[in-house]
This record gives sequence, structure tokens and C-alpha cells, in this order.
Amino acid sequence: MLEIKCPYCGKRSQNEFSYGGDATVKRPTLGKEISTEDWDNFVYFRDNPRGKHTELWHHVSGCRQWFKASRDTATHEIFDTCKMNEAFNE
Amino acid sequence: MQKYSVFSLVKNAFTNHQDWEVAWKDPEPKKEYDVIIIGGGGHGLATAYYLAKEHSITNVAILEKGWIGGGNVGRNTTILRSNYMFDSNAHFYEFGMKLWETLSQELNYNVMYSPRGIINLAHSDAQMNAYARRGNSMRLNGIDAILLSRDEIKQMIPFADFSETCRFPIHGGLMQPRGGTARHDAVAWGYARQADSMGVDIIQNCEVTGFDVNNGKIEGVQTSRGSIKTKKVGLCVAGSTTLLADMLNMRLPIEAHVLQACVSEPVKPLLHQVVTFGAGHFYCSQSDKGEMVMGGDLDGYNSYAQRGNMPMIQHVLTGGLAVFPNFSRLKMLRTWGGIMDMSMDGSPIIDKTHIDGVYLNCGWCYGGFKATPSSGWVFAHTIAQDKVHELNSDFNLERFHSGKIIDEKGVGPKPWIG
Repeated sequence: MLEIKCPYCGKRSQNEFSYGGDATVKRPTLGKEISTEDWDNFVYFRDNPRGKHTELWHHVSGCRQWFKASRDTATHEIFDTCKMNEAFNE
Repeated sequence: MQKYSVFSLVKNAFTNHQDWEVAWKDPEPKKEYDVIIIGGGGHGLATAYYLAKEHSITNVAILEKGWIGGGNVGRNTTILRSNYMFDSNAHFYEFGMKLWETLSQELNYNVMYSPRGIINLAHSDAQMNAYARRGNSMRLNGIDAILLSRDEIKQMIPFADFSETCRFPIHGGLMQPRGGTARHDAVAWGYARQADSMGVDIIQNCEVTGFDVNNGKIEGVQTSRGSIKTKKVGLCVAGSTTLLADMLNMRLPIEAHVLQACVSEPVKPLLHQVVTFGAGHFYCSQSDKGEMVMGGDLDGYNSYAQRGNMPMIQHVLTGGLAVFPNFSRLKMLRTWGGIMDMSMDGSPIIDKTHIDGVYLNCGWCYGGFKATPSSGWVFAHTIAQDKVHELNSDFNLERFHSGKIIDEKGVGPKPWIG
């Protein structure tokens, strides 16, 4: 069981949360002209690192807030979590 | 190569089984090969076998970081099926089913192919309609499919929960009678033994650490056991694909996720088919040793750990008990995890790449084992001819740009949900 620190509620067990995927994926700016390749990269292509991964989690059975986590995909260690508009401390 | 038969078994009994030949050698890597296959799992071993057998290319090395058969080919739940709706999948997996049917004879190695039937349970009229549609699509592609009523399923698995008040009452199901299981280690070992006998070098404990690419053309690989020259490289490393692709400046539509499975203690014969309970995220078959082999969903977050967490095991087994309440008294023997190369549409990628002489075989999600023979067969063709075969022409990388994706489940690019 992972123990995840929600930036709003504190440490809770993993089963209160749901996963939202790679947080570094940025949707292209609305209305801005982009190439189809840029769009494909946004929809389908990922860095998929072995090691530190910045990702989204949703405290769905708690405060219902989305937030970011920095987690190791090889060891599952969670280094830090922060609110969506903040940066990690490390 | 020594032929395995009942006679060789008897003969070797007289010498206390001390004189069997080794099944495959342990060679030092040569300076140069015509083809290097990275990854000594099922797909890599099968690719090397078909390169030698179908294309007479025998100056081949398989480079394996650990030991052959130690990755996903030894971690899956051994299920074989071709119950797909889309033509690209149906043709490819059905080609594989035909290879499975004669694989033991072809490899002179008993892979314990067991066409015991696979049943997908349905729990509503809508789901029965969807299964009828899929079954009809399968039959149009020449694949066996039977739509089963509730009573027919009750005869096959009478111990399932057929009460009227359960959360997901069994309405019926879709069965592929030729689906079933095979012994996964035997598949890896059988391919390894035959490939070795035709001249393929199986090199274990040899990690690839870099590639020599010159003017967009592959010239060799760097490994933990020195550099090796080659003209062609095939990548068959499943969950580790991105790690190699990074060395080749290739960004892929893939995420690594951990999938767990578990087995119970062995019990007497009870479950004679493979049964999937999709509504409860659970499926099960009984091994020849008597263990219940059970699996379900991904843990649900990116992972390269080859081990999972308790919440998903609990979730899967909760679903399992909903359909098979009598399993509650089984003791768990062991659980384990493997890293899935989850592609963004749930279908594999078997293709050439932007580098001349580098070929890609990945994106198997949680369905790689059943594809072992067909994947090896088409990948060997793609490498030998430098051209994709008709069977894997739709499993290309370009589809993520052209929009011709093969999303059998219709879940979109969120692998942890699928």
C-alpha cells in the first residue's frame, strides 16, 4: 500500500486516491495553430521514465482535489507532492 | 540435437539421466552477427527460431540481460485465445492459434497446449448483444465462437454464483472453444533449444548499454560483455522498450505499468475452462498442477518495479469471490508482477523504425504470451525481408499519426484505465 501525502489533507492510504497519469503532458494552447505532429505527441507519446516521474493524482475519496506527485517508477518511493499551481520543494 | 521421445526417456533412465545433452549452449559473444535480437523472452526466442527456420538466417545472437524466460514469458497467466473483433487483431492472433496447435510437435518439446476453451461472462442484455456482435465478427474471420446461455454456463461452472440477487447475475457468455492455456516456461525453453540447435547464440547476463548508429544506419551494439557488430537489431524487450528507445532517440506511444497475478494452493480438478469475469476485473484458470491461476487489472500507476501492491490483489480477489464464492477457502500460494509495455491503443507495434536496420516489437500490453509464435513469425519476416508482413502491416508506428489506431477496447490513451 502506498502512503500518499495529499497537499490539502495530509498522509492517507493509496486506496483513497486515483491516478491521473503523466503531469508533464501539456495540452496545446486552445485556438493556437499547431502541427498535427504536435497534437499526436500530446495525445499519444510519453517520456515513460524509469526513475523520477511527475504525475497527477486525485484524492477522489477525500477532498476531491487534483495534485502533483514526484514518484520513483522503479522503487515506488514518493519524493514529494504539491498543489497543481505549485512546484515541488526538492 | 538429441530428439526427445518416450524412447530417449527410457534410454536415459538406464544411465540415471546423467547423459542428457544440454538443451542450449552458453557461448561467448562473437565479434559480429547478421542479426542481434535484444531480449531472451518468448518473442525474442521465437523470432530467432523463425529467422533460422523460415529465412535460413542463423548467424544470430539473442542478448538477454538476465536469464531466458525470466521476464514476462515466465510471469503471465498462460492464456491463448484469438477472440478479437477487429480484422487486424483477428487475423494476427488466429494465425498464432494455428501455430500453437502444432507447436509441441514442431519444437519437439511439450508446451502442454490445452485448448480447454475460454469463456467471457456477460451480465446484461446489452453485454450479450455486444458479445453476439464480437462472436459474429470472429466467425466471419474463421474463428470459433459460441454464444452461451445462462443454463449452458451453469452446466460448465456450476459452482459460480448463479443466485438471482448477486450484484452481477450471469446472463450468459461468449466462448472460444479453441482458446486455452500452454505451459509458458516450456514455450521459452522449446524455442531456445531449437534456435540453439540451428546455430543461434543465446547469450545470457548480457545487457545492452548502447547502440552504434552511423548515418541513420545501425552498425553495432554496446553491451556489458563488449561491443558487437551487426547489420540488424530487433528489439523484443516488452516493459523495458522505452529504456532502449531512449538510447536511439525514439519517443514511443508506450507507458510501463505493473500487472500482478497470483496462484492458490493446488486443489483437485474443479475449473475446466478459462473464465473471465470482466465486470469484476478478474479471470481464472486451473493449472495442470491444480493451482487456481488468477489475474485482473494493472496496479494503475506507471511502474518498472516487477512487483505490485496489496490493494490491487485485494481488489481482484474480491471480484473473484463475487463470481466463485467457494474460492474463499483457498490459501494463496504466491503473487508476482511483471512490467507491461502498455501501448496507447492497446495493440502491439511490430515495425521498422527511423533507423535503418533497427526493428521494433513492443506494445503487447497484457496480451503478449498468446502472441509468442505469431509475433516471432512476423517479426522474423520483417527483419529478414526488411519489410512488414501483411499480418503486421496494421501494427505500425505511423498509426499514431495517421489516426488508424486499433483500439479494441475503446478506452483511449489512458493505459492505466484499460
